[in-house]
Amino acid sequence: MDDICHAIADATRRAILDELVQRDGQTLFELCGRLTMKHGISSSRQAISQHLDVLESAGLVIARREGRYKFHWFNGEPLKAITQRWPTKGR
Amino acid sequence: MKINLSSVLVDDQEKALRFYTEALGFQKKHDIPLGPYRWLTVVSPEDPDGTELVLEPDEHPAVKPFKAALVEDGIPFTSFAVTDVAAEHKRLEALGVRFTQPPTDFGTVITAVFDDTCGNLIQIAQEIRKPC
Repeated sequence: MDDICHAIADATRRAILDELVQRDGQTLFELCGRLTMKHGISSSRQAISQHLDVLESAGLVIARREGRYKFHWFNGEPLKAITQRWPTKGR
Repeated sequence: MKINLSSVLVDDQEKALRFYTEALGFQKKHDIPLGPYRWLTVVSPEDPDGTELVLEPDEHPAVKPFKAALVEDGIPFTSFAVTDVAAEHKRLEALGVRFTQPPTDFGTVITAVFDDTCGNLIQIAQEIRKPC
């Protein structure tokens, strides 16, 4: 639970998830382009890569190699723990 | 001073010549034997006297890890201008070209990124002119 909350407690990391929900399976280059051009986020590529590491260790992003390329995918599964713990509907 | 040449570092000059002419539609400009390699350049048919692209051998040992690192992160080595990224994407995909980024609208520019089959990713970009 701690790692999920930590992962989504940052605006840049939330923007990364937003962009992956828009189009899943992006390279680091595409993600950085979207963050710069659409969100005005001027972080370095290295900083974005570190944000991706945090999202990956929380299980919210899955990085997969396909041949020589590496793509990043959104995984919403870990977020279920939040609504299981604090249900959105009445019991 | 002016820029008359630009290079891409390719793993096989003959394969590169085929891809850059047959798939991308550039024209061969110079092809001069040079030791084990060739001085091999292509130009755009839209600008045959313009900047030449040198299809340069990537034989230096530092080049391969450099190229592999760029490709892994999806970073294009260079970018070419097109008038319609969506149309080029469709045309090139039909030729079996692998795209790592489909046409994406960034507001002032639409870009896409594909694999040149010679160890590089290449971006194509279309400027969007907004009415004043």
